[in-house]
Amino acid sequence: MSDTSHDTPHVPGPSLWPIAFAIGVACLLLGLVISWIVAAIGAVIAVAFGFLWARDVTRDVRDEVPAIEPETRAVADQASATTTRAVATEQSLPAYTRSRFLEASTLGVGAAIGAIITLPVLGFTVLPSFTNLEEDEADLGPIENFPEGEYVIASFLANASAGEVSRRTTFVRNNGTTEAGEPSFTILYSRCVHLGCPVQPNGPIDEENTTQVDGVELRPVLAQSFGCPCHGGLYDAEGNRQAGPPVRSLDRMTFSIKNGRLVLGELYAVGNVSGTGANAAISRYPWSVPGTHVDGVEAWLYPIVPSQVTG
Amino acid sequence: MAKSKRDQMIDMAVLAPLDWVDERTGAVRGTKWFLFRNVPRDISWMQTLGSAALTAFIVQALTGAILAMYYKPSSEIDPLTGNPIAYTSIQAITDELTLGWLVRGTHRWGASVFIILLFLHMGRVFLFGAYKYPRELQWITGVLILVMGMLMGFTGYLLPWDQTAYWATVVGINLNGTAPFAGPWLAQFLASGPEIGSDTLPKWYALHMLLIPGALIALIGIHIYLVTRLGVSSPPWSKEAAGRERTAVEPTGARAGLVRGSGGD
Repeated sequence: MSDTSHDTPHVPGPSLWPIAFAIGVACLLLGLVISWIVAAIGAVIAVAFGFLWARDVTRDVRDEVPAIEPETRAVADQASATTTRAVATEQSLPAYTRSRFLEASTLGVGAAIGAIITLPVLGFTVLPSFTNLEEDEADLGPIENFPEGEYVIASFLANASAGEVSRRTTFVRNNGTTEAGEPSFTILYSRCVHLGCPVQPNGPIDEENTTQVDGVELRPVLAQSFGCPCHGGLYDAEGNRQAGPPVRSLDRMTFSIKNGRLVLGELYAVGNVSGTGANAAISRYPWSVPGTHVDGVEAWLYPIVPSQVTG
Repeated sequence: MAKSKRDQMIDMAVLAPLDWVDERTGAVRGTKWFLFRNVPRDISWMQTLGSAALTAFIVQALTGAILAMYYKPSSEIDPLTGNPIAYTSIQAITDELTLGWLVRGTHRWGASVFIILLFLHMGRVFLFGAYKYPRELQWITGVLILVMGMLMGFTGYLLPWDQTAYWATVVGINLNGTAPFAGPWLAQFLASGPEIGSDTLPKWYALHMLLIPGALIALIGIHIYLVTRLGVSSPPWSKEAAGRERTAVEPTGARAGLVRGSGGD
């Protein structure tokens, strides 16, 4: 058989099955690492689509070549016939050509690979700042160390494994008991609610009665107000703003008493405190970054803060 | 005229290798395109502020790379000194290592010089109207370079890990935290938690010497490419035309073949 078809390279018809076959093989290899179920699914996919692919590419060989009618056309018509045929060919071309398919699949697969690599990295960049933030329980020692009606500067490590970088300072005042007979403590957090500088008590520190137990340092202080050295914020004995730029009252911490020891709980933001000591009415909000309003119209600027989401 | 033997030797030693490289890379033509440019006849020292800023950046990059060989970004306490390891390593660079004080001082003051030169350069471009057509993208990349430069200053300030560095950064982070909506999230990301912790210093070190410099170098590259492509503008008092005639945009000119359906295909 001396046909001229060997002059041009044989090109198999376009087929989509290799893609599914490749997915099956990838799934199979992935399954070898992850689990045999994934491997089995991959094997089934690969075999099924491999079969379809093979059937596709061998169609030309298996099928009998259909008999082609000889062209019968008048010579006079040839010029016009060529034109119409060219037009017809142009119109009958598939709208979605091979090159467009390859272009789209290159872009698509590239984007998929990019996303697969980028998203976990992006997650690792951002998420550790918002997850697993649990800190050690701060045990400030026996409540007898806190004389009633006086402030004590208590500093402790929030996270012993992180070391000194996690040292926090609070101003603790024993308020005696509430009307209901519950113990009451005022625990102010030392960070200024303007921009986070370390607030200082305005009064002499009783250095002689300083105690240090298990990394907790207690220093009694005679103070009825607190001041911030950075920008002049001034707070009264309840942590309410008296002067300067702070936008809310000093943050506070919850507490519990376990075996006669004062144990600190979570940090929360305070809009305002009315009343004093054990009788104080505290407007409490989830903790937010210093400088952000927690009440009033301005709080609408911070509808969701991280501590509302991460706990 | 036959070449002298000396000329032939020069050909062999210098010109032939240049031709060999240029034939394969176009590097010689590229260098000529980059450096041998016409400039307006009435330019002055004012037009050198950009190069000065670039020089300051190169100084920062070199001194920073060398400081990175001795600096240790850890907030843990060094048992020998009782101070954090980062602060101890800064002290060692300043007081113990030979000429360390000079390199650190150059980096520390060079940072201010870089920012000052950026602002002077920006002022010159603004007052000369050099940001106008066709140099708008130079202005935009320049502004991004300024932002990156300030981020370098912000992240670099924490690294000595002394009281000034720490509290200035606390204030800086919380300033970012007051931005509406996303502010508290940005602050918590920057501090790696509700407060500065043991992860903060290495994070800022990585930002300061890997991420932001990478972006900065890319932006500077684009900026300088545009300067080379579009040339230096004449000052406003020049008798020469400062700008260029706006060429009529061909509807399918440059983008033909890149964007489907925009002509040319």
